[in-house]
Amino acid sequence: MPAAEPTSPAPFAAEVSGLRHVYGKTVALDGFSLAVPAGRLCGLIGPDGVGKSTLLSLIAGVREIQTGEVRALDGDMRDPIHRSVSHRRIAYMPQGLGRNLYPTLSVFENLDFFGRLFGQGKAEREARIAELLKATGLDPFPDRPAGKLSGGMKQKLALCCALIHDPDLLILDEPTTGVDPLSRLQFWSLIARMRARQPGMSVIVATAYMEEADRFDWLAAMNAGRVIGTGTPGEIKARAGQATLEAAFIGLLPQELRASHQPVVVPPRVDDDGVPSIEARGLTRRFKDFTAVDHVSFSVGRGEIFGFIGSNGCGKTTTMKMMTGLLPASEGEALLFGKPLDARDMEVRRRVGYMSQSFSLYSELTVLQNLELHARLFRLPPDHAGERIAEVMQHFELDKIADERPEALPLGIKQRLQLAVAVLHRPEVLILDEPTSGVDPIARDVFWRYLIELSRKEGVTIFLSTHFMNEAARCDRISLMHAGRVLAVGTPAELVKASGETTLEGAFISYLEAASEEAGQREEEDASAGTVYPEPPPRRHRYDPLRFWAYARRETMELIRDPIRLAFALLGPIILMIAFGYGISFDVENLPYAVYDQDQSRESRELLESFSGSRYFSEHTPITSASALDQRLKRGELKLAVEVPPEFGRDLLRGRQPEVAVWLDGAMPFRSDTARGYIEGLALTYMADEIQRRTGRPANVTAADVETRFRYNQAFKSVYAIVPGVIMLMLVLIPAMMTAVAVVREKETGSIANFRSTPVTKVEFLLGKQAPYFLTACVSFVTLLLLAVLVFGLSIKGSFLVLVAGSLLYILATTGFGLLVSSFTNTQIAALFATVILSLIPSVNFSGLLVPVSSLSTAGRIFGLAFPAAWFQQISIGVFTKGLGIAELWPALLMLAFFFVLFTGLAAVALRKREA
Amino acid sequence: MRQTLQNIFRLGIKELRSLRTDPVLLLLIVYSFTYAIYAVSKGMSFEVADASVAIVDEDRSALSHAISEAVLKPYFKSAVEIGAADVDKAMDAGRYVFVIDIPPSFEKDTLAGRRPGIQLNVDATAMAQAGNGAAYLESIIDDEVRNYLRATMNTPPLPINLVIRTKFNPNGTSYWFMAIMQVVNNITILSIILTGAALIRERERGTIEHLLVMPVTPFEIMFAKIWANGLVILASAILSLIVVVHLLLGVPIQGSLLLFIAGAIIFEFSVTALGILLATFSNSMPQFGLLAMPILVILELLSGSTTPLETMPGWLQFIMELTPAPHFVSFAQAILFRSAGFDIVWQDMAILAVIGAVYFAIALMRFRNAIVRFQ
Repeated sequence: MPAAEPTSPAPFAAEVSGLRHVYGKTVALDGFSLAVPAGRLCGLIGPDGVGKSTLLSLIAGVREIQTGEVRALDGDMRDPIHRSVSHRRIAYMPQGLGRNLYPTLSVFENLDFFGRLFGQGKAEREARIAELLKATGLDPFPDRPAGKLSGGMKQKLALCCALIHDPDLLILDEPTTGVDPLSRLQFWSLIARMRARQPGMSVIVATAYMEEADRFDWLAAMNAGRVIGTGTPGEIKARAGQATLEAAFIGLLPQELRASHQPVVVPPRVDDDGVPSIEARGLTRRFKDFTAVDHVSFSVGRGEIFGFIGSNGCGKTTTMKMMTGLLPASEGEALLFGKPLDARDMEVRRRVGYMSQSFSLYSELTVLQNLELHARLFRLPPDHAGERIAEVMQHFELDKIADERPEALPLGIKQRLQLAVAVLHRPEVLILDEPTSGVDPIARDVFWRYLIELSRKEGVTIFLSTHFMNEAARCDRISLMHAGRVLAVGTPAELVKASGETTLEGAFISYLEAASEEAGQREEEDASAGTVYPEPPPRRHRYDPLRFWAYARRETMELIRDPIRLAFALLGPIILMIAFGYGISFDVENLPYAVYDQDQSRESRELLESFSGSRYFSEHTPITSASALDQRLKRGELKLAVEVPPEFGRDLLRGRQPEVAVWLDGAMPFRSDTARGYIEGLALTYMADEIQRRTGRPANVTAADVETRFRYNQAFKSVYAIVPGVIMLMLVLIPAMMTAVAVVREKETGSIANFRSTPVTKVEFLLGKQAPYFLTACVSFVTLLLLAVLVFGLSIKGSFLVLVAGSLLYILATTGFGLLVSSFTNTQIAALFATVILSLIPSVNFSGLLVPVSSLSTAGRIFGLAFPAAWFQQISIGVFTKGLGIAELWPALLMLAFFFVLFTGLAAVALRKREA
Repeated sequence: MRQTLQNIFRLGIKELRSLRTDPVLLLLIVYSFTYAIYAVSKGMSFEVADASVAIVDEDRSALSHAISEAVLKPYFKSAVEIGAADVDKAMDAGRYVFVIDIPPSFEKDTLAGRRPGIQLNVDATAMAQAGNGAAYLESIIDDEVRNYLRATMNTPPLPINLVIRTKFNPNGTSYWFMAIMQVVNNITILSIILTGAALIRERERGTIEHLLVMPVTPFEIMFAKIWANGLVILASAILSLIVVVHLLLGVPIQGSLLLFIAGAIIFEFSVTALGILLATFSNSMPQFGLLAMPILVILELLSGSTTPLETMPGWLQFIMELTPAPHFVSFAQAILFRSAGFDIVWQDMAILAVIGAVYFAIALMRFRNAIVRFQ
């Protein structure tokens, strides 16, 4: 076969064969083969946990291939060169509500970051962003931080981020999960427009919405890690002989799965005129600049299923949080069981089950452990608890994965677990925030049958929000919300009738459109097919300063958005320098002592006067007995005691060399050594005086005169030695920690996915993350320098240039150390802890700060010299106090540069571009 | 009441399970209580030990030779002889802390009673060793000269016999002190980081939101974190004290181990409460790290475990008194070195309990607000 012409697209967007993928003991894919046609909108449908996400991440090249072959865009995804080319042509949007976004950055800034990663110029970026925002209806909020968006808005933004570079292959993992019907419509029309503009573009989507899949060009139905059918939706429906895709999919399933499925029937509700279980009266919640919920009132009767529908960001979640007491209301009243809600009332909490929109169970506990924890906390009787847990696990099909941790589970199964937890303690009221988002159709029906049973048989009141209109239709009453207000309340049939539409979905869209029009936000359909931008010039794959800058710029903005962090980072070192400059002192003074004078003679008083006259000692009340001497030393009240024997004076005069005993507290050897030196000095002076008193001529107790010269620090003041050391300490601890946590944070929050799926290289990523912390540390260095000179009166005796160069290299090395720590830690706690534990010991103990390196044991010296701190300490002390310059310090400078290269290099080697 | 205890117990078990899933973290805990303790106590000492000395012998007499020979282990490394021209260079590079310069005809002048000068150069940037080491060297030189003279002529006897005895650590081995203080420091670091970060993690992952709709109180949530993390840290610390410090390093433990453990529990409570308190002041893990780091370093270096407390200025001493560290350091020293009993240490224990309770109470007051603010 001849090589494909550049103009004719490859027949397949992606081809996989013999694929096997295992997570621990769980097999996600086994002997899996599939060819996805190119240039079309292709869907993957199937129950939760059948390996759809794994497949998509393998095709996108963000996960390491274990066994089998993956070809995408006509190249082997095992080949790193093809992968790095593909990163620029593939867009991958991972599962989860905008997990790859940066919460403190605004909508515009998030998009801008992605545009920069793909090397787009300013004008191009702005035009593309404007177009994408308009198409998704995000254009009114370009400046809102991504973290303040509702779940559905985050999804839309994440899609915009994926689309910014006109990919040839667009891979979307459940992109419309949690997105409201109107936005879903906008979403798919945006994709249609993108495809019209770029006819060669292939799109692969995993979805749980069968209505959506019905409109795709081509589908692959998956079950248990295998393909059970492919073709156009029409072909699949025809093959199964069913009218709807949902029914067709169920028809394709193996017999035993099919058997368990029956249509959901809602028996009529018997009205209950008692006290409403849930009631909201003019509930309002204001955040700083906007009102999220605006005078919302409704009431839900006992046993009623009450649905909340509405566009993303309209205040559903906020209302629900106020009903659980998680958020205090700014105005209005929330009532549960007819009584005003008290967030501290434990009894009420036990009668309510709540499920939040994002996963909020412990991902580090297993499924079973999570359920057990909740059973205990909700005080299920121990004999009953096991039975109840088994019951819900069976009901929500969790029994096979009882010992797995939720972090490894697909979204749909996590949702089931959250539901299981919410109903576990048989609450009377259930508040469920989008409980079925991301759950497959079959499991959703199972879940609904369960809810209906709870409502009708046990009279449980259910208050839920949903974006599925077929679910809303099953509710007894629904409330339609928009922009913080309730637009309409009634039975589904009433609402459809009032809107003049035929379906609930139609009714919903017409209500929302009417509301938007009122607000003057009517969208004009964008008639143009959009501008076609020239391909950006091909970029080098190894290192591109623009991508480095994209990461550095973004990281800096995140840091600036967090003024508290910035303040801590700059103030911490200042406070520490003040504390240490004054606090760490090796000048032993004011040692508390007392005398035990058993002689009380003139001679003994003469002896003791030499102690009381010294500034090194401070006298406490005299000791009266040998046991008191012991006790007071033991208590730590005295650091030394002087014992003068009886008959001291007489013995002294008779030249019998009476013994004077001094007791030292040796618990802190440094202090007792110093005290010993002082005492010996005092004794010598005393003895010289004593000889002079007796012989009448000056006596020399010593035969030679030792002149001690304290070099570099004539006054022998601790501050001159400590302050340069504090600079050393502060420029390692804080920069290393900030850098390490910043990288690991991406792993924990999920934004590391952007590193994996975009062309950015490891070195660009690492240096980009490092840059802002390098700059912060430089600022810190300047403030510390000023403090040292202006407040502590140090002068720079040596080469200022060497000090500056040394500091810059040192900061590069220590932030590099942070990068290294980040490569082997996966949680921020571990990263935090690792930087503290690993850098504190070599920098405090083995750097020369407290004890000179030349006096350390061999092991200690090696330990110290294997870390940058000891080398910078030479520079800091050398320049500040010894007056040294480049001639003496070049080896230290060289070593610091070496550490920077070593640490950063190791971090780059250890960092994985693809997930395991 | 029983219910509260049960909830605290259950939530604590959950903490322990979370801890178990982070192997890197566990490895670091082991490291910090084993090798880190060993390396610090064996690797450095504040006492003058193995200090580097050079000698410039311009006399080359029996006396100068005797002085050079007298510079002995364990205080000093054997003196290295260098030329007079090399003194500045060697000291600039930090190769020697002390350089003794014996002038020409030193012996002759001494015998003639002319009290010749002998120069002792000290690198005064090496604060911990410079002062004491210089004092030692002075007395070594002095002794050598006196012995030498005594062998050749009569000198008057000294009027008194001064005997200095060191109690509680008679050999003045500083690794005893270092080892135990390092254990104390690591308890502080671990307690603050683990407990505080555990709370921040719950907030960042949204799990705290779930806890707050369940029938558990902030008091229970906080206390569960305290006992679970405290248990792990204390158990490791006590194991480390017995195995690494006592058996491996051979440090005798004087006082009652049980009393020490009792005090350590109170201390643990106060530092874990401090960890939670700090966590209520920060919105994210990076913020928490930056807030905790300076506090950790201050607690480590200014607690009296590294340099003596009484040399600090009064205001700083006062601030330090409000933190648990100095009280526990004084408590630990009293028991482990001076075998003090309850009658002596009860005050420190009481102060620790009060400090812990105050931290805990402030954290409790801030708890709910801190979480709502974060959303």
